[in-house]
Amino acid sequence: MKFDRAAGQNPIDQLHVVGHPLDRIDGRFKTTGTAPYAYERHDVVPHQAYGYIIGSAVAKGRVTRMDVARAKAAPGVLAIVTTLDMPALKNGPRNTAKLFGGPEISHYHQATAIVVAETFEQARAAAVQIETDYGHDESQFDLKQAQHGARSVPAADGSRADRVGDFEKAFSASATRLDETYTTPDQTHAMMEPHATLAAWEGEKLTLWTSNQMIAWNRRDIATTLGLSEDNVRVDSPYIGGGFGGKLFLRSDAVLAALGAKAAGRPVKVALTRPFIMNNTTHRSATIQRIRIGTDRDGRIMAIAHESTSGNLPHGRPEAAIDQTKLLYAGPNRLTAMRLAVLDLPEGNAMRAPGEASGLMALEIAMDEMAERLRMDPVRFRILNDTQVDPEKPGRPFSQRHLVECLEHGAEKFGWSHRKARPASVREGEWLIGMGVAAGFRNNLLTKSAARVRLDSQGIVTVETDMTDIGTGTYTILAQTAAEMMGVSIDQVRVILGDSDFPVSAGSGGQWGANNSAAGVYAACVKLRESVAEKMGLPPAEAQFSGGNIHAGNSIFPLGQAAHEGELVAEDAIEYADVDKRYQQSTFASHFVEVGVNGFTGEVRIRRMLAVCSAGRILNPKTARNQVIGAMTMGAGAALMEELAVDTGRGFFVNHDLAGYEVPVHADIPHQEAIFLDEVDPLSSPMKAKGVGELGLCGVAAAIANAVYNATAVRIRDYPVTLDKHLAHLPRMS
Amino acid sequence: MKAFTYERARTPHEAVTALARTPGARIIAGGTNLLDLMKLQIETPDHLIDIGRIGLDTIDDTPDGGLRIGALVRNTDLAADMRVRRHYGVLSRALLAGASGQLRNKATTSGNLLQRTRCPYFYDPNQPCNKRQPGAGCAAIGGVSRQLGIIGTSEACIATHPSDMAVAMRLLDATVETINVRGQSRHISIADFHRLPGKTPHIETSLHSDELITSLTLPPPVGGHHFYRKVRDRASYAFALVSVAAILQKDGTGRVAVGGIAPKPWRIEAAESEMPKGSEAVAARLLADASPTPANAFKVPLVERTLAAVIQEAKAS
Repeated sequence: MKFDRAAGQNPIDQLHVVGHPLDRIDGRFKTTGTAPYAYERHDVVPHQAYGYIIGSAVAKGRVTRMDVARAKAAPGVLAIVTTLDMPALKNGPRNTAKLFGGPEISHYHQATAIVVAETFEQARAAAVQIETDYGHDESQFDLKQAQHGARSVPAADGSRADRVGDFEKAFSASATRLDETYTTPDQTHAMMEPHATLAAWEGEKLTLWTSNQMIAWNRRDIATTLGLSEDNVRVDSPYIGGGFGGKLFLRSDAVLAALGAKAAGRPVKVALTRPFIMNNTTHRSATIQRIRIGTDRDGRIMAIAHESTSGNLPHGRPEAAIDQTKLLYAGPNRLTAMRLAVLDLPEGNAMRAPGEASGLMALEIAMDEMAERLRMDPVRFRILNDTQVDPEKPGRPFSQRHLVECLEHGAEKFGWSHRKARPASVREGEWLIGMGVAAGFRNNLLTKSAARVRLDSQGIVTVETDMTDIGTGTYTILAQTAAEMMGVSIDQVRVILGDSDFPVSAGSGGQWGANNSAAGVYAACVKLRESVAEKMGLPPAEAQFSGGNIHAGNSIFPLGQAAHEGELVAEDAIEYADVDKRYQQSTFASHFVEVGVNGFTGEVRIRRMLAVCSAGRILNPKTARNQVIGAMTMGAGAALMEELAVDTGRGFFVNHDLAGYEVPVHADIPHQEAIFLDEVDPLSSPMKAKGVGELGLCGVAAAIANAVYNATAVRIRDYPVTLDKHLAHLPRMS
Repeated sequence: MKAFTYERARTPHEAVTALARTPGARIIAGGTNLLDLMKLQIETPDHLIDIGRIGLDTIDDTPDGGLRIGALVRNTDLAADMRVRRHYGVLSRALLAGASGQLRNKATTSGNLLQRTRCPYFYDPNQPCNKRQPGAGCAAIGGVSRQLGIIGTSEACIATHPSDMAVAMRLLDATVETINVRGQSRHISIADFHRLPGKTPHIETSLHSDELITSLTLPPPVGGHHFYRKVRDRASYAFALVSVAAILQKDGTGRVAVGGIAPKPWRIEAAESEMPKGSEAVAARLLADASPTPANAFKVPLVERTLAAVIQEAKAS
């Protein structure tokens, strides 16, 4: 199905099932421990052996010798594969860091060997008996130093920056100016389920039961890396215990499970250990961001510039922290630019809302600072600078843009009028109290997504797609979509996901999963409706589907009757023409936060949080709310504690476990409220929905940082906002 | 994890007998720290002696009005004991500020005292660590040190002792009681129990290799207002940046011990004589010899400010 214009009235608009806050249909399995995650696929293939991966002890250099004799002789060991056993394996297009093979080491904990044994304990015990010698190469681990040699990332037209108007001239002529630099640290996804894969060979055919957000990417990339035909690879990932972008790509668990299984002649399963994940896999890269804003006397932005520097391995990508600044606020003179330094740290890559999450951490503090310089309320300042068109291409409108409504509604709900503009002016006992606001922004991405639907004689509808559910509620919203389309209740729908034998979906990432994959199911259901109508001899255009029946005129039949002679199967994909070229598609939010800062110790504790989101039709308010409050929690972590600490001498993330890398716990998260504006976006898809999973994170950290400033009058521009950064400047308590 | 043999002792005597008999043996109680370290190949005992069922799990009144806490009393039970809550509030609060409910259900009194540092370099076997491998060097010095020690450290080691409970025990002048296979018993003052690293950071306590802790004894209650204030980045389930245990009396005198800054609970009795002058005087004396790194220098003012908060709270109540 081609989607090339605004969606008209369609069966989804009935909202019999879609739009309702239904419980997750997979929730029961997860809470009873019966949802099979990758490491627990005990029943899919017999004689499973265990693999244990070891990684490089140096960050940059090469392996000069590996002695596996003792390890090989250890009890239970079936096979050992080392990186010296083969040349460097080819990367698929989504990988930057080399996953395995050859002597070269490009980052700490790069996989150097897998030991396969009868038990996990035997594999682990043998692994430490492998002796490895290294040669060291010259290296750079410090972004602050490396930024000076960073190269410009070419803009769209190949120049060093994207420019509109004359930024420099307009900035120097501005009545009020801001020029500040902000930093964000490296962050890790810290999902609950570690990367894990069970691999089994049958001749040349490889099956991976794994934990991966993007089945088709994973299938293609493992085929590339192992030199297989894609037809010989099956990937199955029905349950995923969190991904946040960390499981978008093929990682060492899958590659080494496959190599270990080949060597051992047995199915092999591997989970990356927690201390290994942070340096072996990907992370969100640190940034150094310079923002300049100039306004006229009335507070209208005349000039805005956002330049971001990040680091990565050679051939890696930058953290696109400037993306939102191209679109969020009006202003005739604009400049955005990125620079990328070479760092010999682990690979920087996507983490929830890549680009915008980091970019808004800086931009939305800058907006707060600017509002203060203008003596203007920060909500009012943002509203004043709203734009309804792409500010770089004013002929291109937003499909929908309700940022102003988010801000106004949020301000009212939160009691923003009680905020004191003068910082450090509210105190409760030993706590300094402050409120902060930030805008949230994240693009809505349209991408092809296919599904197959089946109807059996009992009237049961089965949905099959390689789409994944990473804890987001995909099972449930796809069941709701099929139920709405076919006129059945949700318990008449079965959804099977994550299998590469199924049609290729959008996958889970970039908050594109819900809208696109549901639209793919919609497309397949349109076809199924046609074949049901045809089968029953009813005119497809007049056929109605409701109550488990198909009816037209005076004719009514139970749906299952159409499948009496055999199951009906329909498959289709949603494909988009140029609607996202003609219209900028984005999602919007306002985030409001109140914090207390302890006047003695400087500890920051959040007191309440509110998000108001504008994201098209909300397919399931319960799963959507779950996404947003989870994202707000992640934003609290980004604001107050999350930081991969870089040892700039030895070149690794030091705090590589969940004791050292702190993420929020229950005690950090107070009352959270998430409100969705009641709206539809007919230009997004037939579902008229957009993504929320990343929007909920975008802007949160800045709202918290701004609230901390409002509480203390100490401006912190380096995340995370920890007590050591403002302690010396806090007012003395007495 | 290295393969090991295991035995379960039935009595304290059996435990010390096994300890004397088996070189390379380690005692295991709650296992909340030792098992983690074994999985990471940081601790590699050949033999484990499980003392989980040897008794020593009661809290008894002593004739002089104090409490004798069995070595195997669980942290949860100790924190909840009515006598502890009534007369040694700082101990109950310190315990509840540490770990999580699940861990406190398993962790024991003596195990808590013997837990090892959380220095991230100690936890990464690829990095040099004098505690893990004497003579290897210290990667933490010059490395990431925000969490690490500011006083009592040495050129060989800047790790801290992570326990909250131990800080309260130090404040309360607890005595550690031990036995060995020859039936000898020792009473070690908590002040002397943990050692400063000097050139031998791998030797963390004054416990002899053949000794088993049987109990911790608290002297009679000293009254006063009890505080345990733990400062950390996240609100729960984190090790202290700084913690302050204090008992303050109505007349302005009091005692104070600090956690999160040193290889042992940090208390200098002489500093307590400054208490009537206020937090700055006390902290100046407590931290006179501090030698922080640039990354953890904030702990020096943080100790003073946290003590100020405690004194303020005492005044207000």
